[in-house]
Amino acid sequence: MKHSFLDQYSDRDSPLHRLDPRSKLVATLAFIIAVVLTPVDSWPAYGMYLVLLAVLIVLSRVPPLYILRRSLVIVPFVLLVAVLIPFFKGGEVAGSYNIGMWNISVSQSGLQIFWNILARAWLSIISLSILAATTRFASLLEGLERLRFPRVLVMLLSFMYRYIFILTDEVMRMKQARDSRSFGGKWRWQIKTVGNMVGTLFLRSYERGERVYAAMVARGFDGHSRTLERLRFGRRDALFAAGLSLALVAINLFNLLY
Amino acid sequence: MEELITVKNLSFSYPDGQQALIDVNLAIYRGESLALIGPNGAGKSTLLLHLNGILRSNGAVSLLGSPIDESNLKWARSRVGLVFQNPDDQLFSPTVFDDVAFGPINMGLSDGQVRQAVTRALGLVGMSGYEKRSPHHLSFGEKKRIALATVLSMSPEILVIDEPTSNLDPRGKWSFIGVLERMAGTKIIVTHDLELVGALCRRVVILDQGRVVADGGTGDILADKRLLAAHGLAPDGADLKLKRRG
Repeated sequence: MKHSFLDQYSDRDSPLHRLDPRSKLVATLAFIIAVVLTPVDSWPAYGMYLVLLAVLIVLSRVPPLYILRRSLVIVPFVLLVAVLIPFFKGGEVAGSYNIGMWNISVSQSGLQIFWNILARAWLSIISLSILAATTRFASLLEGLERLRFPRVLVMLLSFMYRYIFILTDEVMRMKQARDSRSFGGKWRWQIKTVGNMVGTLFLRSYERGERVYAAMVARGFDGHSRTLERLRFGRRDALFAAGLSLALVAINLFNLLY
Repeated sequence: MEELITVKNLSFSYPDGQQALIDVNLAIYRGESLALIGPNGAGKSTLLLHLNGILRSNGAVSLLGSPIDESNLKWARSRVGLVFQNPDDQLFSPTVFDDVAFGPINMGLSDGQVRQAVTRALGLVGMSGYEKRSPHHLSFGEKKRIALATVLSMSPEILVIDEPTSNLDPRGKWSFIGVLERMAGTKIIVTHDLELVGALCRRVVILDQGRVVADGGTGDILADKRLLAAHGLAPDGADLKLKRRG
C-alpha cells in the first residue's frame, strides 16, 4: 500500500542534501535553541530567523509549499497548550468581555506571549521539516549515532521507522476486514470492535517483535548494535554548521543593539 | 560423506507444555540439499530454530561434531544461515545495505570485508545496486531475495530456508527457485511446496506431529501418494472424490 513517507524529497540532490547529517543536526539544534532563547519582544529577530529559513529552503530545492504544509501540523498542538495564556497572564488589559456572570479579560502581555509561543514553535518545526526533507532517515539515524546519541534510542527510532508502515498496512487490512462484515450497529458495539482491533494489533506487534529478534539473533546479534562508519565530515559540513551558528549569533547581536 | 549437522534424540516442548518435537534423529551431510516437509504445526519451524541454537535442548544438536551450547553460539550462527519465512521480520534495518551488513558486522569483520561481503551477497541473489533502497519500497519477491542475501553475506556453510516460496506468484517463485539452484553448498529447505521440493532437493524428510515419519530420496517419497496423503501433504481419498465430482 502507498503511504506518504516521512522523509519525502530526501532523496533529491542539493547543497543541503549533500551535507553530512551531523552538520545539519547540530545546525538545526543550534537554530532551535537560538529561537527559544530569543526574548519575547524581539520581533525583528524572529523576522530574520524566517528569512534565514527561507534561504535554506531555496538552497534545498524542496518545494516551499511542502515545507509550509508540514510545518502547519504543529499549530493545533500549540493552540491547545497556549490558548489559555492570554486569559490568565496579568498585566495591561487588552480587552474584556462579559459573558453571563463571568468577566473575562485578555492581557496585552499574555497575547504577546501567545503569539510568541506560536512563532517559536512554527520556526522550530520549519527547521525540522527542512532537516527531514533534506536528509534520508537512515543517514539521520547514522548522524545521531555518531553524535553519541544513546544507541538504544537510535535502534528504537530505526525500528519505528522500519515497522510503522507495516503496522499501518496491518491496521488497514483489519479495517477492511471489519468494514466488509460490519453493518452499522450500536455505537457501543463499534467502540468495542475498535478496542478488540487495538488489542489484536498489540499482540501481533508483540509476536512480530519476537520473530524480528530471532532473525537478529540468528545473524549473531548479542545486544550490541554495531554499524559501519560511512559518514565523512568534510570542510563544507564544518563550514555550514559554523556559518549558520554565526548567522544566529549575528541576528542576536543585531537584536541587542537595535 | 561428512556429517555437518547431527540431531540426536531431540525432544522439545514449549513453555506452555505443547510438545513440539519428539525424539527426532537426523543427519545432514555436506553438499546435500534436503527438504523438510510436513503439515502445518508439524514442528518444522521448531526443528529449524534448533539448527543454529536459537532454541537449545541440552546438546542434542551437533554442528561439525561439536554440540551447540552457550560457548559456541556465535560460531554456530555464522556457520548455519537461517532465512525466515516472512522477509518483513528478517529485514529490520532502514536500508538494504544495513540489513545485509548486519551479520558480517556482528561477526566482527573489518569495514572493507563487510562491504565486500555485502556486494557479493547482493550479486548472488541478483540484487546488485539495491544497497541504498529501503526495504518497504521493495516488492515481496525483492524482499525475499534480500532476506536471502542477509544470510549469504555471512558465507554460511549450511543454508536453512523456511518456506522460500510462500506468498510468491508463480513467476516470482520459479525465479527464486532459480536463485536457490545456483547457490552452491548445503541447503535445508522447509516447505510444503512439493513442486519446489521436486525441483531442488535430492532427499526428503517428512515431519508430522513432532516425529520424523519418513526419510528418503525425493523420487521415492514424492511418488508415494499414500504416504503423502497420510501426513496431509496430498489430497486423501475423500478430497479426491470431491474433486472428481466437481
